[in-house]
Amino acid sequence: MMSQDAKIRLDGVEKIYPGTKEPAVESLSLDVPQGEILVLVGPSGCGKSTTLRLINRMIEPTGGKIYLDGEDVTTVNPDHLRRRIGYVIQQIGLFPHQTIAQNIATVPKMLKWDKARIHQQVTELLEMVGLDAETYGGRYPKELSGGQAQRVGVARALGADPDIMLMDEPFGAIDPITRDRLQNEFLRVQEEIHKTIVFVTHDIDEAIKMGDRIAILGEKSRIRQIDTPERILAFPVDEFVADFIGSGSTLKGLHFEKVDSLELDPYPTMRLSDPKEVGYRGLLADPRHDWLLLLDDERRPIRWVNEQDLEQDGDITQESGTDVAAKVQTGATLFDTLEQMLISSAGVCVVVREDGSLHGVVEMTHLNQVIRRARREAREHYERLGAAS
Amino acid sequence: MNGLTSWFEYVVDNWDSILETTWEHAQIVLTVVLLATVFSVTLGIVVQRRPTWRAMALSVSGIFLTIPSLALFALFIPVVGIGNAPAMIALFLYAILPILRNTVTGLDGVSPAIVESAKGMGMTSMRQLFVIRLPLAWPVVMAGIRISSLITVGIAAIAVLVGGDGLGSWIQGGLTRLGLPNSVESVWVGTIFTVLLGLILDTVFATIQRFTTSKGQRI
Repeated sequence: MMSQDAKIRLDGVEKIYPGTKEPAVESLSLDVPQGEILVLVGPSGCGKSTTLRLINRMIEPTGGKIYLDGEDVTTVNPDHLRRRIGYVIQQIGLFPHQTIAQNIATVPKMLKWDKARIHQQVTELLEMVGLDAETYGGRYPKELSGGQAQRVGVARALGADPDIMLMDEPFGAIDPITRDRLQNEFLRVQEEIHKTIVFVTHDIDEAIKMGDRIAILGEKSRIRQIDTPERILAFPVDEFVADFIGSGSTLKGLHFEKVDSLELDPYPTMRLSDPKEVGYRGLLADPRHDWLLLLDDERRPIRWVNEQDLEQDGDITQESGTDVAAKVQTGATLFDTLEQMLISSAGVCVVVREDGSLHGVVEMTHLNQVIRRARREAREHYERLGAAS
Repeated sequence: MNGLTSWFEYVVDNWDSILETTWEHAQIVLTVVLLATVFSVTLGIVVQRRPTWRAMALSVSGIFLTIPSLALFALFIPVVGIGNAPAMIALFLYAILPILRNTVTGLDGVSPAIVESAKGMGMTSMRQLFVIRLPLAWPVVMAGIRISSLITVGIAAIAVLVGGDGLGSWIQGGLTRLGLPNSVESVWVGTIFTVLLGLILDTVFATIQRFTTSKGQRI
């Protein structure tokens, strides 16, 4: 897909290091539309970091062209080019002899912004990355934790409000808990600022989480598959991609579907105030299900009840049957739903609305349907692409 | 005890002269160290990233230190005559190595991630050097300057032997008159005040270092 209005366009970009025969990056062509996060992911040594650094010419290409906003930047002054691009690296590289505020002000100062504007920008950026400007502005990098330091790293890259950001394994050196939090916060910030971002990682799960599109790179940075995470998970085009995603790709795909999108079959129910006949009739009418859901007057599910429970002496109460353990709310992903289903002895999961009232009951066949549909759609998409070329 | 009292008396009696020679000695040292700093830091910056030049510069400056001081001082007499000049040229050559080596080591020690991110933000090479790399290398460079000045303070005592000024005159004067009154006291004056001068200079440099090092860098 080559469009003239792509924010970033790589056209046959190539890198051959002097003295080597094989290129490190072989004739790479790539478009990144405005506002997209494109994740470059692949095994070690495939050249993903090299590719990233070709964009801001930290590594000079030996062939091909680079366009930013339609402008050919292959031969412009590289220092000026880099002031327009935010750059975040794994080890961050904060300047230890400067305060946090001075670090963040680095590019604005080079661009000769006036002091008041710089001060306001620094304050806003610190708040955006979740650090109190008054507390942290005057501190030094050595006083920060790893997570805080990387937040400052991101703020610094956003210093002069560039449209484009390049991020090279930015959360790689951070512990998993903090990394998860930083990823979530970054995605939240991106929803406000809509930068065009090229993000490198070796972690397929991070790629799936962060990317609007993922490019799976093989040797010499050859693109093996470039598509939305959902489609790649539903339809890896070859063994390389399938191997790289690893086992569990179907499970990972479940993160992308919401339980709301399922068409659920009616399920036998009865209310607390109903006579037992209602329950019997419900179970008789539906031979596939041995259990029914007991609801309160607000249609909230409270217990699972079966025929034996109905046959017991006395009325059906809140203590009858077994409790409803596996439950999700509408809006939950199928992944969360599946996790709940594993808890339930019947392998089903109840779905409730925001007010707690019953929405439906999810069973395994529903999940199968969704997966098969996603795969079929992805395959058809690639068949159409194949027919078009 | 007697010896100590007589020495103090000697110092008091000759105080003005001692102070004057100490000041001469200090001038020699400060001039040499300043010039050596400018030269060595510049050279260090230039050769740090050029392996062959770097190795050559470091070994040549190291060789100077192995040449016996009096010989090196005397070597320049035919060129500039006697007095402070030959001494200061030789002292300059001695003062180079510690500063040069520390400049190179200090610049090496700047984390590559810091240089990478500075470059990635669009800093020109000059800006990277003056705003990032030199300030971060500065504590190590200053340590080299301090070592250099201590070496210079010590060796400058020999300047007197080629006709120069400095505290060496007290030592030499005392040694040539050994046996005569106050000769030993004279030698002690030369020695002790050279040491004191060294300590004072080092303290001054340490203070300069503290005030030129960012709070974020201090351990």
